[in-house]
Amino acid sequence: MNPASKFYGWGLPVDISTHGPEIDRLIHVLHVFMFLLFAGWFVFLVLALVRFRKRPGHAAVYKEQHFKTPTYVEVGVALFEIVLLFAFSIPLFYRIRNIPFPQQDALQVRVVAEQFAWNFHYPGSDGIFGQTKPSLMSPSNPVGLDRNSPNAADDITTINQLHVPVNRPVSVELASKDVIHSFAIPVLRVKQDVIPGTPSRVWFQAKQTGNFEIACAQLCGLGHYRMRGFIMIKTEDEYNNWLAKMTPVKPAPPAPAVTQGAT
Amino acid sequence: MKEHSSHSHSASLPFWRKYIFSLDHKVIGVQYAVTGLLFLLFGFTLIMLIRWQLAYPGQPLPVIGHLFSEKMMVGGIMLPEFYNQLGAMHGTIMVFLGVVPLAVGGFGNYLVPLQIGAPDMAFPKLNMMSYWVYFMGGLIMLASFFLPEGAAQSGWTSYPPLANLASSGQTFWLLGMVFLITSSLLGSVNFIVTIAQLRADGLSFFRLPFFVWAQFITSFLLLLAFPPLEAAGVLQLMDRLAGTSFFMPSGLVVAGEQLAVSGGGNPVLWQHLFWFLAHPEVYVLILPAMGIVAEILACNTRKPIYGYRSMVYSVVAIGFLSFVVWAHHMFLTGMGTKMSGFFQITTMMISVPSVIILTALALSLWGGSIRFNTPMLFAIAFLPMFGIGGLTGLPLGLAASDVHLHDTYYVIGHFHYVVAPGTIFALFAGVYHWFPKVTGRKMSEVLGKIHFFFSLIFINGVFMPMFLMGLAGVSRRLYDPTQYAHAGSTQPLNVFVSICAWLLALAQIPFVLNFFGSLIFGKKVDRNPWEATTLEWAAPSPPPHGNFDEVPAVYRGPYEYSVPGQARDFWPQHMAKEN
Ligand code: HEM
Ligand SMILES: [Cu+2]
Ligand SMILES: [Cu+2]
Repeated sequence: MNPASKFYGWGLPVDISTHGPEIDRLIHVLHVFMFLLFAGWFVFLVLALVRFRKRPGHAAVYKEQHFKTPTYVEVGVALFEIVLLFAFSIPLFYRIRNIPFPQQDALQVRVVAEQFAWNFHYPGSDGIFGQTKPSLMSPSNPVGLDRNSPNAADDITTINQLHVPVNRPVSVELASKDVIHSFAIPVLRVKQDVIPGTPSRVWFQAKQTGNFEIACAQLCGLGHYRMRGFIMIKTEDEYNNWLAKMTPVKPAPPAPAVTQGAT
Repeated sequence: MKEHSSHSHSASLPFWRKYIFSLDHKVIGVQYAVTGLLFLLFGFTLIMLIRWQLAYPGQPLPVIGHLFSEKMMVGGIMLPEFYNQLGAMHGTIMVFLGVVPLAVGGFGNYLVPLQIGAPDMAFPKLNMMSYWVYFMGGLIMLASFFLPEGAAQSGWTSYPPLANLASSGQTFWLLGMVFLITSSLLGSVNFIVTIAQLRADGLSFFRLPFFVWAQFITSFLLLLAFPPLEAAGVLQLMDRLAGTSFFMPSGLVVAGEQLAVSGGGNPVLWQHLFWFLAHPEVYVLILPAMGIVAEILACNTRKPIYGYRSMVYSVVAIGFLSFVVWAHHMFLTGMGTKMSGFFQITTMMISVPSVIILTALALSLWGGSIRFNTPMLFAIAFLPMFGIGGLTGLPLGLAASDVHLHDTYYVIGHFHYVVAPGTIFALFAGVYHWFPKVTGRKMSEVLGKIHFFFSLIFINGVFMPMFLMGLAGVSRRLYDPTQYAHAGSTQPLNVFVSICAWLLALAQIPFVLNFFGSLIFGKKVDRNPWEATTLEWAAPSPPPHGNFDEVPAVYRGPYEYSVPGQARDFWPQHMAKEN
């Protein structure tokens, strides 16, 4: 059996983000509402079909009947939609999109998506990203980091592995090298299109450690189906250990041949 | 055809003028309908292939697998290239070459002039041209499968930069779309003028059958929403062929190489232009279906439609509102929360008139004397199926829940409930209902009911599980969902869906048999076999060139069924006196 199957199933996967339960609650409220509306309406439909079937001795009524209930239902539905909008969706979307904490409290990560991989770029111990340039991008330097630029020496890059500490906000800046991708983490209820030329940002805070999937949700070419990444949510200690291990000790390696134009 | 001296010039026309390059709206309507049906079948076949790959990823397709070229399947195993082509072309063909031509070109062309008591469309030559331009567009789309690198493979939405970088199939797709859009523009102008100008004496706007209203609004949608996409299509064509960068930002690095384009463009611009068409387009797909259902419900409940006027106002409101909801497809592009707030509000607003129409149709059953013939069964089933489609639009229209559901199978389930057991069922209902008018013969009820019940069961088996998959977060357009743990966990559902899809295909066999069999063996009928009230039933079956034996005038509304004091339970619009 797939070990991940305890997180994923038919229906919503587990939810380990701080904002996720609110999304789930909205999804649940909506589905209960949809189900009730449909059920009531379906009962009406069946009743009408049985009661008004054509049979000897039964005739149709010409006179326009006046129904009160449907009007009330209609108004009720409209009011409920207003509640959904102004009490749930609009404020919730606002909270999801606008980072509710000072930037410096959050772990900053950059995602550079490409066909068909997720490159992650950490600012390192100084908390400041080094410069990146498209002209430096190469298989060994997927985000195009200029190691000679200020603040770049301690930067960390990984491919397809996003390491984050649990219980700490993470602020992710998204960019794409080539086509549109969509950065989706089902268990965190995170999804954001990654559009070349237009950087965007999402944030989340995980409540539980473990390894989970990152998916690409937007058709991005032949390998769209295998543009799979992992998010590794660690305890603060584990995370710091990982960080220490990853931090480059020696100064930047000599720039590869393709980069000579960069100095 | 019978002799009708006043319009008999058609009798002297050679075969190719009468049936191929015909100017008669009925022949053109049938051409559209038959071509549309064939394309629906073709688009359906494409998805049947996809369903094999989704149910049994990486396993060779039995029996027919080896018939495909090396570029499509290797040893019967589908390649991702081919999968993406099938997905993109299924969507494109179903929407632009199947449903719209059948619903608007076919039903609209055939029925609108008849229902308004006109001898033909206002511009017969334009009408013929619109069909042949559509036909050309279809040929271009089909031809693209034979290109060295195959057909378009960037989804029916063709988002750049992916589409800009794609192989030559995309160029054909764009050219094909330019033809299809041009065809729709020609057609819609014609409908608007015809409905505005050629109504019979006495046929005021509030006496129009609801179907005509639906076609009228649909035509405005086509006329106003398509030009932006046509412009966008030309811009993308320029990006591909002339080196412009309308949709290409600077600094792209593709497969490790810096891309040599001038840059400075914006891929999101395409999405705005595309969805500015494509949202109204979904109403183009659904309004004619609602019109068909209204006609059939009124006729088979033997009573007037409930709330005719509020339905008309609703359809007009939908027409306006459908132009201000497009960006609900783009909540996750990173547009600001104010923008998304606006589009969430308009999206909830447009649900109100849709609910009114659906409620009015359902309430129309109350107090009727319901005949359960095949067209009526399909029309009744439309109501709950479209209901499911509409309701599941709510979580997608609210940005907060869309965060999880966007671009998943939930979306596929949602819009298929609208277009497949929704629109397609209504179109089937229409085929069964008007077949006697077009051919003078009725289709078989037994085969029709077999077709209906099996289709209803299996189509729900196809689309219902997709909601669960969507909730699980399974992305759409995945060549091999088992690559992801969260998608692989729903794999049994994929197998179930595929089996239902293949059974659904088998369930269409009775329809095909019925359709062709009834052309020859169907029971012959008179002009008004369903005892209906609207004008098309006043013409002979099939109607001759010029439609009516005498110019009809209209004395009452479209649905005067079971009027008290009348000898019979229907009172046709064109009868001056009691019947
Ligand atoms: C009843 C038979 C049908 C079945 C079994 C079916 C199945 C599917 C499936 C499985 C997909 C997703 C393919 C993928 O992964 O890329 C899909 C996509 C699509 N279908 Fe259908 N479909 C049917 C009918 C229709 C009809 C009647 C229409 C339109 C009028 C339609 C329009 C589309 C569109 C536009 C897409 C593209 C969605 C996207 O780009 O992600 N389909 N269909
Ligand atoms: Cu991707
Ligand atoms: Cu829309």
